[in-house]
Formats: sequence, C-alpha cells, structure tokens
Amino acid sequence: MLVPVSWIKEFVEIDIPVELLAEKLTVAGLEVAHLNYIGLPQETVDGVRWPESHHLVWDREKLVLGAIREVKPHPDADRLVLAMVDYGGDELEQCVTGAPNLFPYKGKGALESPLWTAFAAEGAEVWDGHSEEPQRMTLKGRKLRGIYNKSMVCSEKELGISDEHEGVILLDQQPTTSDGRPYPAGTPLQDVMGDVVLDIELTPNLARCFSVLGVAREVAALLDKPIRQPSYDFIAEGAPIDGQAAIQIHNAELNPRFTLTLLRDTVVQPSPEWMQRRLKLVGQRPINNIVDVTNYITFEIGQPLHAFDYDKLKARAGGNTPTIITRLPESGETLDTLDEVSRELEPHNILVCDTAGVLSLGGVIGGAETEISDQTTNVLLEAANWNFINIRRTMQSQKVFTDAGTRFSRGVHPSQAILGVGRGIELMRQTGGGQIAQGVIDEYPQPPATITIDLHIAEVERLLGMALPIDDVADMLTRLGFELTLKSEMMRVTVPDHRMDISDDPVVGQADLIEEVARIYGYDAIPNTIMDDAMPPQWENTALEREEATRDLLVALGLREIISYRFTTPAREAVLVPAGGKPAPWADAGYVTMANPIASDKTVLRHSLLTSLLESAVNNQRYQQSQQIFEIGAVYFKRTGETLPQEPRRLGLLISGERGLAEWMGDQAPGAFDFFDVKGVVEALIDGLHVDGVTFQRTAHPSFHPGRSADMVRDGVTLGTFGELHPLVGRAFELKSPAFVAEIDLDGLLTASNADFKSRSLPITPAVYEDIALIVPEDMPADDVLNVIRQAGGDLLKDAVLFDVYRGASIPEGTKSLAYSLTYQTDERTLKDKEAASIRKKIVKAAEKRLGAKLRG
Amino acid sequence: MLEQLQAIEEEALAALEAASDEEALKAWSSRYIGKKGAVTQVLRGMGGLPAEERPRMGKAANEAKVRLEAAYEQRAEQVEAEALARDLAAGAVDISLPGRTRKRGGLHPSTRTLRRFYEIWGDMGFQVYRSRDVELDDINFTALNIPPHHPARDMQDTFYTTDEGVILRTHTSPGQIHAMRELGADGTQPIRVILPGMCYRYEQITARSEVQFHQVEGLVVGRNIRMSDLKGTITEFAKRMFNPSAQVRFRASYFPFTEPSMEIDVECFLCAGKGCNVCKYTGWLEIAGCGMVNPVVLRNGGYDPSEWSGFAFGMGPERITMLKHGITDIRYFWGNDLRFLEQF
Ligand SMILES: [Zn+2]
Repeated sequence: MLVPVSWIKEFVEIDIPVELLAEKLTVAGLEVAHLNYIGLPQETVDGVRWPESHHLVWDREKLVLGAIREVKPHPDADRLVLAMVDYGGDELEQCVTGAPNLFPYKGKGALESPLWTAFAAEGAEVWDGHSEEPQRMTLKGRKLRGIYNKSMVCSEKELGISDEHEGVILLDQQPTTSDGRPYPAGTPLQDVMGDVVLDIELTPNLARCFSVLGVAREVAALLDKPIRQPSYDFIAEGAPIDGQAAIQIHNAELNPRFTLTLLRDTVVQPSPEWMQRRLKLVGQRPINNIVDVTNYITFEIGQPLHAFDYDKLKARAGGNTPTIITRLPESGETLDTLDEVSRELEPHNILVCDTAGVLSLGGVIGGAETEISDQTTNVLLEAANWNFINIRRTMQSQKVFTDAGTRFSRGVHPSQAILGVGRGIELMRQTGGGQIAQGVIDEYPQPPATITIDLHIAEVERLLGMALPIDDVADMLTRLGFELTLKSEMMRVTVPDHRMDISDDPVVGQADLIEEVARIYGYDAIPNTIMDDAMPPQWENTALEREEATRDLLVALGLREIISYRFTTPAREAVLVPAGGKPAPWADAGYVTMANPIASDKTVLRHSLLTSLLESAVNNQRYQQSQQIFEIGAVYFKRTGETLPQEPRRLGLLISGERGLAEWMGDQAPGAFDFFDVKGVVEALIDGLHVDGVTFQRTAHPSFHPGRSADMVRDGVTLGTFGELHPLVGRAFELKSPAFVAEIDLDGLLTASNADFKSRSLPITPAVYEDIALIVPEDMPADDVLNVIRQAGGDLLKDAVLFDVYRGASIPEGTKSLAYSLTYQTDERTLKDKEAASIRKKIVKAAEKRLGAKLRG
Repeated sequence: MLEQLQAIEEEALAALEAASDEEALKAWSSRYIGKKGAVTQVLRGMGGLPAEERPRMGKAANEAKVRLEAAYEQRAEQVEAEALARDLAAGAVDISLPGRTRKRGGLHPSTRTLRRFYEIWGDMGFQVYRSRDVELDDINFTALNIPPHHPARDMQDTFYTTDEGVILRTHTSPGQIHAMRELGADGTQPIRVILPGMCYRYEQITARSEVQFHQVEGLVVGRNIRMSDLKGTITEFAKRMFNPSAQVRFRASYFPFTEPSMEIDVECFLCAGKGCNVCKYTGWLEIAGCGMVNPVVLRNGGYDPSEWSGFAFGMGPERITMLKHGITDIRYFWGNDLRFLEQF
C-alpha cells in the first residue's frame, strides 16, 4: 500500500527523518518495501540502511513555487502562449509553453488571482516530458518560434510526481504551511510539494493499517505523539433524508450495517488539484469529484464508499422512493459491473439491489447502470459493512479485486460506516456544491460487542522474559488507542473498534495485547536469554540416523545424491512398464492427485523413484559419460478407505555409462558398467548396514531386464529390486546406454539393519589355502555350487571365494568351470595339510553327487 | 717391500677414485682387497723376509688393507648416492599434468545444509521430528489458527488433492501439532524439536520460487519459555551458522500460529552490511520467521496456554544454501544437473 508522508502528517506530527520512520515502521511489522521520493533528497541516518535512491532531487534554488500573473498570446504561434511568472525575483519571467490548461487564460490581461505553479529556472534539472523512457534534462536557453526562452512551468511528469504531461501543474490556491501561513512565490518547491511515499507491505493481521489514518495511528504510537482525527461532521442544509430512501437487510450476518446520505443539486466536475495529486500518489486515476471522494475516503480512513445516481434509482422505482435491499442472488441473476464484465452471480455473492434488480456486488464493485455520470446532480452515498470471509469468497470466485473489496475482505469495523458516509458527503459538497440532506439512514441490525480483556502484568513477564512496570505497559497500550482502567497487578483493557485483530478469548486476547506491548517497546530492546526450562526427555531416532548412514555409505561408494520433484504423471510412470509386461509392484495403489496441478507434467505424487532417476540420467547423458546417482525420499500410495496416503521411504539408484575413462596416462579404460556393478553396490550396502539373511531371487518386476535383475528377499519379504533396466524402458526414456538401477524399500531395509552387530576376533592360527575348480552344467546358479561347497566344507572351511568362471574348448560344451579359492582354519589348532586334503575330498564328492559336477583336473 | 706396499696403496686409492659405478667398485675390490687381491699377494710374499721383519711388515700390510677397506666403504656410499641422485633426476614428472580422475560421490547441497541444521540445533538439545507430506487441511491450517477463508490463507498458495480436506503441506508447521500430540503426553511434557521436511506451494516455478522446498521448523514448549529465550536461542544459531559477530535484527511480522511473530534478519555476510545486490542494498538478509506459539495452537496441541508457553521458528535450507554458495537460481536444486551437483 502506498502512503504519502505528507498525508500522514495531516493526522500526526513527524519530527524524525523519513528513513528512520520507515525503519521504525518496518521493525514494528509494517514492512516498508520502498521509499518513493518526490523531489526531496534522501537522508542518511545512523544505523539505518536503505538502498540508494536514484530519483530527481529538486534544486532548492532553481525549482520554486511560481505565480503566473498573466498568460499572453505568442505572436507567431497559435499553439503556444507566454506565461508571465512571478518566481520571487525582481521581474516576471516569460515562459513559452504549449500547456493546454493555460489557454483559458490567454489574452485575459493581468490575472486577478495568480495561477500557482511549479517554476523551473535556467539550469534546473527535470525529467524530459516528451521522452517515453525516463530521461533527465537540464534547462537551457533557446528560441521557441522566435521568442527566447530559458525557463519553464512544469508538468507533474517533468517533476517526477506522476506520468501526467497534459498540462502544467496548477494549484487550486496559494499553498500554505501546515499552520496556515501562505508560501510566497520563490519558495523552494521541495517545501511546497516535496514528499516521500512509503510503499508498505501489510500482513493479514494489519487490516487496521489499510488506510492513511491507520498508518498514522501506528506512527503516533511509535513516536508517542497525539493523533488528530479528521472531521466526520457535515453541513446539512437540505431537506431531511427521511423518506427519500429505505434499506432492507435480508442477511445481517453478511451485511451488519448499511448507511446512506444524500447530496442534492451538486455538479460533477474534476476534483481539486490537491485531491487529484494525493490520489495519483497512492496509485489512483482521478475521474470526477464524486468518484474521487469515494476513493479518497477509502484510502484516507479505510471505509469504502459507493455513490449512486439518485435519479436513476428513483426512475427504477417508478418515481417512488427507492428501496435498497441487500440479499443473496436469486437463481439466474446477472450483473454488469463497472469493469465492463457481465457476471453470473453465485449463491454466496451478497448483493445490493433495489426493487427493480441488482445494483452492485456488495462491498466489491458497483454496477454500471446506476453509476455516476457527468449529468448526475443528486448523489446517494452508501457506506456499508460486510462479512469479510464472504467478501473474500466473492472476490476469489468472481475474480474481481478492488480497493474496496480488498479492505472489506481483511476486515473493517461496522462503526466506520457512519464516519465514512458523513466525511464523504461533506467532501462531495465541498468539491461539487449542493445541499446535503439532513440526517443519515442507518440500518445497523448487528452491532458487535465491545471487547474487554483483563491483562495481568505477571503475564507480560511470563511471556516476554522481562519485568515491565505496569505504568509503562499502560502507557504503551494507551498510545495505541486502547482504553484502560488500572488495578494494582492487572488492567482492564477496552479494545477500540478498529482493532479487530484482538481476540475476545481471555487468554488469546492477553497474548494479543502482549504482542502490542512488545512491538511498541521494541523487539530489539527485549533481552536475549538462554532457556533455563527443563530439558525434554531424549528419544532414539534410528530411522533418521540410519537414513543418513545410508547416504554416507552410498557417497563412499562413489554415488552422487539427487533430489527430484515428487510430482509426476501417471503417464510418465506408465513408461516404466513395457507393453505386455507384468504389473508394477505399486500397481494396486492409487495416486494422490492434484486438484489444481501447476503444470501438465506435475499432476500426481510419485509411486516410484525410477522415473526421476531415469529422467535425470537422460538429461545428464549429454554431458556425462558416466553417472552414478541415488535418491532417498518418499513415494505416495493412496489406499481405498484411508484418508491419507502411505508415505514409505524409498532408496533409488542408477549407474550408467563408463566405469572410468581413458586418460592421458594411456591406461586401459575399465569398460562400461554392467549388472555386477549395481549388484556390488547393493551388496556393499547390505554389508555396510549389517543386514543379515538377504537372498537374491529372479524378479518379476516389469521395469527390469528379466535375465539380469534380482529381488532382494529377506524372511520372505522383498526389500527391493536391482539390475539392468529393461531395454524397452531404456528406449522409451531415450537412454543412450544401458542403465543399472535399484529401487529399495528403505524402511524395510533399515528396520533389518543391525546396529549392534558383533565383530569377529582375529585368527590366532595360520590358515591353509587351496584352490578348486568344478565343471558344472551351464545353467547351474553359482549360489547352488557355493552352498554345496559350504555345507560339505563344514566349520573348518572359513571362506570360499569365486575367482574364475571359464567356458571354452578345454571343457565339454554346455558346461562351465567355476574356480574357488578355499580357506581352512580353526582357532583350536593349526590345521595339517592332510586334514585340508580330506575336507577337499569331501567337497568334491558332494559336488559330484549333488550337482553332477566334475573336478577340473 | 714396504715401498711396494706403499705403491700398491697409492695405485689402489687412485683407481678407487676412478671407479664410478657398482661394477667398477666390485672389480676394484677383488683386484686390491679381495682374497686374491694385491695386498693379499704382498702378505703371501712375506715368506721370503727375515723372521724379525715379518711382524712389522704384516702389521703394515694389514693396516693398509683396513685403510683401503674404509676408503672402499666411503666410495661405495658416495657412488650409491650419486646413482640415486641420477635416478631421482631422471624420474621427475611434469607435476602440472592432471591427476588420474577419481569420481567422488557426494551429498545434495540441501542435505548438506539440513545436516548442518541438525548438528547446530542438536547441540542445543533439539531432536529431529519428522511428519508426513500429505496432510489434512485441518492440521495444516485450522489447528494452526488459520480457519477456512481466513486472509492468512492467501499467504500460502496451496496444492489441493482430489480428496476433500487433503492437501500437500504448505509448511512444516503441521508437524508442531503432531509433535505436541505425540510427544506432549496430553500437555504434560516439555518439547524441544526441529521438524525438517519438504513443503509444497502452488507457485510458478522461477529462478526465485519453487513448487517444493525444504523447511526446518523448530518448536519448544515448556513451563517457562519466554520471548527472550527465543531471541537468545535464534541469535546463538545465527552466530554459529553465519558469523560469530553477525548482527541480528528482529522485526515484527505475522504468522497466525505464533504471537508475537517476528522475521529474523541477519547482517548480510556477503557485503558485511554495506549493501550488495544479494541483500538488495539493505544490508540485511532475511533468514527465518519465528514467534511465541499462539495460545490457540498450544491448546490444539493439548497444552493449557495459561501454564505452558513455547516458541517456534522456521527457516529454508535452500535459501540459506543459495546465500552461502552464491546460487542464483533455485531451480538448480531439483534440476539434478550433475554439472551443478558435482560442485558440492
Ligand atoms: Zn549484502
């Protein structure tokens, strides 16, 4: 929200630099995002940091208040005039200008009352009014159609006040100081119309600050200055309003209050310059005095107003007294609003209607039919109050965001309506003339109760951690507009109407007030302490610790962690299952589906980590000849009958490309990754996490190469699957080289991890080593051979490690030779070669008998 | 005969000087001091000397042999050292050539920052408590003092699911409710936890905003937890995380689930508060939001707010990682480009 400091000053004295004020407001929760300087220099204040501003600073000598005494015709140009300007010097300065708003004064001779304007002398720096892009220029003397000119009268654009360049600035009257002394011609323009506009970001709790007056109240509390209320009185000299209009409120919950005033025989015309300038500074486009006043009051005190053309209402009522009805729509009703949108009304949209139909969307936007036009002479002014939640819903569903709606949707107290309707009608009278009807029509079916809170001084210390004298606390609350009666250890606080953020719950309300005390006292002034409260009981957190240990293990194995979007689409995951493949392990789970997806590739939460691993691999393969990546994170399974999905943790990993690269040393490149690389990682993981009893079995997982993949099975439960990606899946993802992947149930794996595994002592006797090579049928799994060797070898066989697999001419076709190195050892004694030989014999015999194996000679 | 011995010794020493490798040394040794060497020959020839001269001659010959042996040892060491020096010189490599590539595994930058948080907060007695990603609207908002249609809901654009009342958590704060209900033992036990996790916001993905991001929330509940404790605790954290002399600024703000609420700014560590483009020339970096737990939230967690109080804070690991490492585009985090990740 934009708030000019000059406007705040109407309500409270400010005797500190604007930069310091902005810092104080920011620290108090009204975050000032920018300072927009109008002509004034930026000040440096100790301890306050503001970004350097690059605005135009008005030269105090060369940019001054000017008074145009006469407007003469240009002898040689119809479209130019000569403005004779008193700039405080000895003679009048002649400025050649084409400003259209001076033409009405052309050739009228010396003006009775001068036109007050902004004068720029030779050498002054201003913005170039003709340039599209902001561009500075310095005034130099030159001839304009034969007449020498070295100075000028300025437009708002040339001074950096607004984009207005239609005419020069013409003030309504001679400007005065805040205590009413007139500024003479030649006064530095900085003093007359220099300003700083605060751009404040308001959090939802600061609805009360959604107006200049609201910000001024905070300033008054922070600076400990009195607040000057604007006048809400109006001069009513017209016939009474009674009988001129009626109000019917059908739903007091949604429309707690509705007030009306009437102005007769007024003239719709442009607003005075001061009002237009203020509206422009807060980002509003001036339209006419009636509409401008409704906006002005909205920005000034935060109560939105709406003006009707009274005669149009009367015509709609067939010449009778118009009745304003607020109600919910009947089915099929529509409304053409001021923004030229024809709206279909929804059942919850509260409406302002008359007997002929809908007039406006209550509290949000007016209808086109009864709007103010240049011909309007009688104005019916509405100030109402609306339920903030309902206004929010209406703005969101109708997608219309107005200054009025924004304020109502944050919360405006119904007591403000009567203030706004009075101040508004008086400003309309002052700017357009006419007579205000006596009295106000005020329907107020539901006045809210006034809130009182008992604040105990001990609570302040309990929550803030420091003792404050009760008088200080009382003073801070009083500065904020709270009324209170003091007892010894407690105060009864009456909450002012505009503080709708203070709860009526006794405990919450106390906390609300303590926050106010802290804010005004200053958060920086509250001490820093170290907690001396009891330390809570500590608990084991193995799930996290083991997850982090898993990450460390994978990193030590050379893998790089990735983190992916947890969003995907069913179609992207369907690519993991080739046509005709068995269903994926997650096939029976439903998707957590977004009702409002942000993008077409992010519609559901994932079932598997494989998609994002493969997509990462595809994206990286352009730059990487070798990839080893992993991800740990949740997948989401929706189950029927359960409100919330399961969120099991998964570990996914992917290895692809070259194991190493040929380098300048001329070593041989170690070749491409294969199944045994991913198996090696899985084995190292199982080993490193101390998970016992895992066996590998061929898998039915459809994403894997059926011959080069395996399930990790423990106690009959599949913990995960690893192996080569199914070539059809790889092709579908457009992977250039085979990928070796794993997806593991991390919760299952980590539950099986044995953190208290026992270590083995070192051997105390020498071992006997021996090799053995067995010829077995080609399709026999190596695990079967190893199992027979282990069983036959008994306790004395400490280890059997496969070191060679041979197929070839020296053995029969359809067979392979598996060579193992065997280690025999016992702690009980030093084994003799003879003992080893007899075990070996047993192994060979068992292998012959149970596997049909032959010893390779 | 003595003269002969003297001549042999002189000749031998000269020859030793000329022997410059192991082979020549070996040949010298057998020629002069070996079993058939020249000195031995002299001793053998003593038979022809008068008996009274023999001891004198024998002693002289032995002494000459000892001298030659010592000279040999010395020379051998010298030759060896020279040979080593030659080898070393010949074996020098161009140390500017690149080393053999060792592919390094590594953690994601977010994980690294999360671990730093776990470590620092852990040292202050905060344990890690995790809760779910897919949440009930009731827990994510209503229990945290954000009723339906409350203006505060505008602060967090939400992903809704097709199930009524089920959303993706917009912050880790619902974990506060879970933690209080699970660990609080019906409002009788103090709590000190941090709650890390992925959060989701319905926002356009740009260099500055993402649809998913980590948050780390902190929660303390106790019988005597004060706002001054919150300030002290956060200041300690900032000093360890950023800079022991970092200035910290507490600025009033608004979160429905805390009261008073504050934003925490730390003096920009990139420009030492002088102003740079990262801190937008303000000299401050916003690092966290925090506040005293709102009484409504304490109640919803099972505590009596007139007896118990607490504080909570929340910070974004990605934002802090970006500040620390000069990352200018948040999309790098989930983009999984190895050229980025491998820098960590
Ligand atoms: Zn900086």
